[in-house]
Amino acid sequence: MASHAVEDPHVTSTVQHHFESADQQKDASTIGMWVFLVTEVMFFGGLFLAYFVYRQAYPAAFASASNKTNLLIGAANTTVLICSSLTMALAVRSAAIGKKNLIVLFLILTLLLGGTFLGVKAYEYHDKWVHHEVPGHNFDCEGCIDAGHTPLFFALYFGMTGLHATHMIVGVGIILFLIAQARKGAYGPAWHTPVELFGLYWHFVDIVWIFLFPLLYLIDRSAVPK
Amino acid sequence: MITATPPVETKKNYLNQTEGLKSWLLTHDHKRICILYLLGVTFFFALGGIFAVLIRLELATPAGDLVESNTYNKLFTMHGVIMVFLFLIPSIPAVLGNFLIPLMIGAKDVAFPRVNLLSWYIYMIGGCFVLTVLFMGGVDTGWTFYTPFSSSYSNGYVIATGLGIFIAGFSSILTGLNFIVTIHRMRAPGLTWFRLPLFVWAHYATSMIQVLGTPVIAVTLFLLVLERGLHIGFFDPAYGGDPVLFQHMFWFYSHPAVYIMILPSMGVVTEIITTFSSKKPFGYTFIAFSSVAIAVFGFIVWGHHLFVSGQSAYAGMVFSILSYVVAIPSAIKVFNWTATMYKGSVRMTTPMLYALGFIGLFTVGGLTGLFLASLGMDVHLTDTYFVIAHFHYVMVGGAIMGFLGGIHYWWPKIFGRMYNEGWSKISAIIIFIGFNLTFFPQFILGYMGMPRRYHVYPPEFQVLNVLSSAGASILGIGYLIPFCYLLWSLKYGPIAPPNPWGATTLEWQTSSPPPTENFEVTPVVTQEAYTYTSEEVVHVG
Repeated sequence: MASHAVEDPHVTSTVQHHFESADQQKDASTIGMWVFLVTEVMFFGGLFLAYFVYRQAYPAAFASASNKTNLLIGAANTTVLICSSLTMALAVRSAAIGKKNLIVLFLILTLLLGGTFLGVKAYEYHDKWVHHEVPGHNFDCEGCIDAGHTPLFFALYFGMTGLHATHMIVGVGIILFLIAQARKGAYGPAWHTPVELFGLYWHFVDIVWIFLFPLLYLIDRSAVPK
Repeated sequence: MITATPPVETKKNYLNQTEGLKSWLLTHDHKRICILYLLGVTFFFALGGIFAVLIRLELATPAGDLVESNTYNKLFTMHGVIMVFLFLIPSIPAVLGNFLIPLMIGAKDVAFPRVNLLSWYIYMIGGCFVLTVLFMGGVDTGWTFYTPFSSSYSNGYVIATGLGIFIAGFSSILTGLNFIVTIHRMRAPGLTWFRLPLFVWAHYATSMIQVLGTPVIAVTLFLLVLERGLHIGFFDPAYGGDPVLFQHMFWFYSHPAVYIMILPSMGVVTEIITTFSSKKPFGYTFIAFSSVAIAVFGFIVWGHHLFVSGQSAYAGMVFSILSYVVAIPSAIKVFNWTATMYKGSVRMTTPMLYALGFIGLFTVGGLTGLFLASLGMDVHLTDTYFVIAHFHYVMVGGAIMGFLGGIHYWWPKIFGRMYNEGWSKISAIIIFIGFNLTFFPQFILGYMGMPRRYHVYPPEFQVLNVLSSAGASILGIGYLIPFCYLLWSLKYGPIAPPNPWGATTLEWQTSSPPPTENFEVTPVVTQEAYTYTSEEVVHVG
């Protein structure tokens, strides 16, 4: 292990002992992150499948239940999340050009926007709870068509947005860690793989929402249940 | 461990590099993680085996005299859950794959050593959930957790079991992810894809399934747990859901999972056969791509588990045809192994006996799978002992024979000791005989109509059931013998040379056991993996 550092001039302290070079290490981490995101696609895929199957089977119930979602809040939250992706991309860019203060700034902005999204989501959940729209014993979908199947919509609504929010919460935890590291000056043009890979994760979580929003809030909005 | 003969073992290797329990529990070395996994899977194999013993004891008589029906339900459920999720899935990839893939590709370690250790801890946490369930009173749904029984009616601990499998699944995902990145990015200079040992190809295909399939079972079990715990409907018709959707999602993973169990085993058998025939494997590219083909086709045949579940007849026909298609790459492998042995100088060592056993038993298991893939025949055979016999031929006769063959083949490399050749051959033969005696009668029982999962049966089935139970006791003894002589060899076995079998792949070019860094100098590969000439295969430099 020690003899290796002498042989290879590219080896720096950030290269782990089992890699030959920093490039190899970065390549490996990047592929690892993409493969992880593939597993995430499959993970969410199960829920999307259930959504498609049940929407196909009970269109009226899904249309009337979908109209219970708050379009304005959902759209605003979508904007917040897209902005957080922009600030995240800017954080990665700042790391690549070595602006330490900007990395911290953009990471904090990403954190605030992510936190806002989660806060708004919590408000929406609370609203659903107050209106008895949480599946379970007190469930009541007021004025819904085919009310017997509307719990399926809300089960999927909470399952999908809940799993998405869980990913956001994990992401917020990681941003806090990245901010602490960035303040210590850990990331620069030579090495900022964690910021870059977290960026991939954050954009992925964003994209999941970009699919969730139209499916849960939009596509049945104008469907007039008979 | 090796201090018994200090003069010979002055050289440091991964086993004696550092000492103490902490150095093992916090290790990042893929070889030590292999041994951690070996301890884990051996424990769960023994535990799952105890349930098998109880099942066969109960079935020795037609009456339900040993256990009640509820207890029997729990016995076969715990047997299935433990054997599938805690033994078969991690057995070869996490133990042998972990040890060998970095060695075979000339790397110092897997791409993410810390993730590798994490995967072991996740596996053990999942295992602890299942053990907790066991001590609390078990679960009775069968390892398939079909709704709505599992979500609404079962009296067992479905949530804890489901969470245990959910957690253990992430261990499998991380192992697969690690292997994919390792194989892509950590190969030694000159080691092109078509110079890779076929074991590595088999694991690459397996990793693809682990990465693509396991998240789906994870989310399925997650929904099942939500449904049971919070009464939120997804699959239960009482909440408007569709139980067939559960079956689709369950088998979308659990059928490819069969290939997670068998593909690594096929990789092991390929290595053993080529080494002990001293001959290049016949049709390298065909064997390599048949592994990938099995992984790909494996994902589009799950519907053959739903022929009698109310799936449409057209879907059934398509799934039936696709299930036949997956037999082609499997058959290619069997042909190529046979052709490799043809005119080779075959040595009947213990690993070779296991490999030959694998070919025979896997062929029977695979061909009886075609009976079940045909729509009309399956209606007659669904949920009978024919199905039990079929998948035990594949999973026990295939996967476990491969696992044991691999353990015997690489034991000298892993521990640096040789085991007793006489005892090991005897036990391999006992296992083969015991296995066939246990499971062949079950084909006949199933064809005659004996259903699975019942602890009482009509008296006319007793003769075949007694044969099966007798075979199981022989099989049990066959499994106990290797346990004894392998442990014995750790201390008293002769010191193994670096390449005791005259094999050509990279792991044999380093010392036995290997040093922590695997190779003194990173090897440079200039030839294919299997070049049986007098020339030196790998030029180190």
